[in-house]
Parts: sequence; structure tokens; C-alpha cells
Amino acid sequence: MDMVCIVCPNGCRLQVDKTDGGVTVQGARCKRGENFAISELTCPMRSVTSSVRTTVDGYPVVSVRTDGEIPKDKMFEFIRELSKFTLDKRVPIGTVLIEKVCGTDINVITTSEML
Amino acid sequence: MKYDVVVIGGGPAGLAAAIRASKNASVLLIEREARLGGILKQCIHDGFGVVRFGEKLSGPEYADRFIKELRDTNVTVSLFSFVTNIVKNDCYKLTYVCADGVKTVECDKIILSTGCRERTRNGIFIQGDRCAGIYTAGAAQNLVNILGIMPGRKVVILGSGDIGLIMARRLTLEGATVEGVYEAKSTPSGLTRNIHQCLHDFNIPLHLSTTVTRVIGKNRLEQVEVSQVDEKMRPISGTERIVDCDTLVLAVGLIPENELAKDLSVKIDPKTKGAIVDQNCQTLTDNVYACGNALHVNDLVDYVSESGETAGEDASKPCGKRKLVPVKVKGKFLYMVPQMLDVNADVSKVITYFRASEELSKQKLTVTVGGKEIFSKRFAKLLPPEMERVVIDYSAADLASEQILIELKEG
Repeated sequence: MDMVCIVCPNGCRLQVDKTDGGVTVQGARCKRGENFAISELTCPMRSVTSSVRTTVDGYPVVSVRTDGEIPKDKMFEFIRELSKFTLDKRVPIGTVLIEKVCGTDINVITTSEML
Repeated sequence: MKYDVVVIGGGPAGLAAAIRASKNASVLLIEREARLGGILKQCIHDGFGVVRFGEKLSGPEYADRFIKELRDTNVTVSLFSFVTNIVKNDCYKLTYVCADGVKTVECDKIILSTGCRERTRNGIFIQGDRCAGIYTAGAAQNLVNILGIMPGRKVVILGSGDIGLIMARRLTLEGATVEGVYEAKSTPSGLTRNIHQCLHDFNIPLHLSTTVTRVIGKNRLEQVEVSQVDEKMRPISGTERIVDCDTLVLAVGLIPENELAKDLSVKIDPKTKGAIVDQNCQTLTDNVYACGNALHVNDLVDYVSESGETAGEDASKPCGKRKLVPVKVKGKFLYMVPQMLDVNADVSKVITYFRASEELSKQKLTVTVGGKEIFSKRFAKLLPPEMERVVIDYSAADLASEQILIELKEG
């Protein structure tokens, strides 16, 4: 099957075939593309970016992201978790707001500096 | 007050330009908004900095790295400041409006890093009612990501450029229904990976060769009429379809911002819609530089920063007399930057950006000087949405008397 790697902006066009022994990947310019193709067939993962509400003056919301990838089918559960959260103070960029989100080992971190 | 260099615009290009120029020059950075970072502030999705940092950063994180670096320089930053006028006498005299009122400043060199602007409904002539609910993608992005306000609930997106695709995903994640993305061209405008991770992941349909031909709504948008278009992008009669929605997001292209460049009589390339520059990002007007999206619309911020650094580096050095020669192009190019070479400056590492005008496979890019090949590179595939970058060494060639030609052909 054809696939497009989303790991980096190169967007390598991958030719992925299931064989008896596993999976063969052609067209990837780096190892990450191979890993991506295998993960897409077994458990697709995504890093997710969004925002959370704050009560801080000048910042109705602050941008956040997962500090790694979560299973693709947990994206909406993740967004619902964020909607329950309100940040009530200024925090430096990269601050962990929620640990081990949605039962994963992944944390939610802020991605904007609040001056 | 006089500076060696004034940088206009504090987005990724201006930040990189100011940091680099400050190593050898006094620099003033003028930014119209309250915070530095430009459009990156609202680009909270990730994928920035893969080339430069080898990491997938969000836009604000990418900007933050440069803002922190800027703090360790002697660059003077003037926020909430808008340049209204530039005149040239012995040096350049800029007038700008800021919190302290109207101020003037003098400088030897100007770097234009003013970014680009979005095309609007007026730019693409959509007929119909004058109702609320029609946004450019950047305006919708600002509402959601900076102000925390949803622009609507049932959304149609026109344009398959990267911002349109990113907003399709963002609005879906925030609870809106994106009915579909419509694209007048027969191929998507955005990066292929964004088609996958923004549309396919969320089952959002992409309708190619289809555009919005009418907007309908008394006060708020209620419906749009979409029509298929022929190969010349003319709507095909009889293919009209009505789509219920309360929001239309327009992601129909970006145009380099060149109001100030025009005031300075900077020559504009009709293909890039940005300034014509040499390999150091200097325009045809001496001591005026252009970089980033003001120069040509990039798809990767890493290259925006790179062109800012090129401009900043050159602007910080004493100016010599330039001898400019044109770089001729032949073949299916959408555009190429730089359009000129200064043969009196270093020509050993000329960073050249280009886009193909249509989808092409098995192409060979050849650079010849006076008919003699000095560089070539093969490309398995070229797509208009994906900018290419090559570094060309011209130092062995006789540029002053021979013609420079960059050609793209099958091979």
C-alpha cells in the first residue's frame, strides 16, 4: 500500500507491503520513515497540539502539546481532558500541566512563554 | 538616533536577521504587535524546526528560541510600533508610530521582514450576501489559538493550502464539524503530509476542482454554493450544490507584504510577488534587504530564518560596490530566488530556492555559465507546494562576462 510519512516536512512517499516475516518499507529517506510505516499498521501514534483556558490577564488560552506521541484513537479523549483544565497562574514555557494524560506515559506541556 | 541596521518586522525572518546583524552592527527591531514572534505565535501546531533543530516544535516554541537568543544581544526592540514612512537622503530616515507617539530614526540599511498577507474574499471575487461568518484562515486561527474563541460550528474551508488544512484539523479537534475542504485547482496546494495528518486522520473530505461560487446568509452565513470548475478554473454550469454551514474559512493564498518596499521603489518580481534580490537578500535598491515571507512565500519556517540570517549577515558588513548580473531560468519553474548575483561578493555558497510550476517527475536541474555546466541535481519528484533548496558554488565560473542559466528538464 502507499503511504505518506508525516514525521518531517520531507513527506516521503512510502511503499509499504506486508510480508510473511513482517513489513517491508520502500521510499523512506531515513529510518524514522520505516518506523512510522510499521507503527501506522499496528498502532498509529500522533503528537497532539491544542490550547487550555487560563485566568491570566492577556492570555485567554495558552498553547500546549503532548511531549511525545499518544495513540491516534485517543486524540478526542485527550482534547476532552484539556477542556476540563484551567490554568490559574503564569508558568514558563515547557511547564508540565497534566502528567500521564489519558493513561499514557505522556505529559501535557505549555508551548508559549507567558510574559 | 541612528542605527547601522533597522529590521522591520519581528517574526521569524526579522528575529533571525536582527540576531545575526547585531554581531557586527547596531540594530533596531521594529514590531507592530505587543509580542515578538509574528505569525508563529498563533501557529500552535507542531512540525517547526525539523531542519534547523532536528525537533518537531510548535510555532511559539520555535519563536521562543530566537526571542531568548535576541535577549542576549544588544538589539533594541520597539514593540507596538508601525513604520509609516521611509525617506532616503544621505541615509534612510524612518517614521514610526508607537506608544510614545510619532518617532523618527535614521539608519544606513533596512531589512524588510514584513511577512505576507492573506488573500481575502475580495481577492477571489465570491458573489453573494454580505453576512458574518466569513474568515480568512489566519483570522480564524487567531480567534481559536490566541483569543480562545470558536469562529463557528459548521465549517466549510476553501483552499487546500497548509493553513487551510491545519485549520480543518484544529476546528475539528475543538468540536466544530468541518463539512469539507474545497480546492479550485486539480491538485492539493498544501504539503502531502498535511493532507494525511489533517484531513485523512479526521475523515474530512477534500473536493478538488471545486470552488465556492456564492455565499448565502441574511445576518450570519447560512449556506454556500459550491461548483465544479473546468481546467481554466471557470465554474461549470449545472454542477452547483448548496452546502449548509455557518462559517466559511478562506485559505486562498498568501501575498508578500511590500507596501514599504514599493515606497522605496524596490523592484518586485511578478512571480514571487516579493522583491528581486541578489544572493545576500539585497534588493535592487542599495542597502535595502528583503527576507522571509516578504521575499517569497515559504512553506518551512527553517528557510525563513535562513534568509533572515543571510540578510542580517550582509547588512551588518560594510557595503562594497555591487556588480549585479541576472540569473536566467528555463523550464517549468514557478519561481526562483535569488534572481540576481552580485559578482563582487562571495558566490561560493549561493542558497537558491525554487518551486516547479506543475507536478513533475524525473527532473534534472542544471546550472550553466556560458554554456559550461557547473552544477546539476536530479529530483525524482517536484511539486509546486514543496519548495526546493540547492546550494550552488559559482566561484570557478566567469560570471562577469558569461550568461548564467538555470534549466529544469527531464533527465
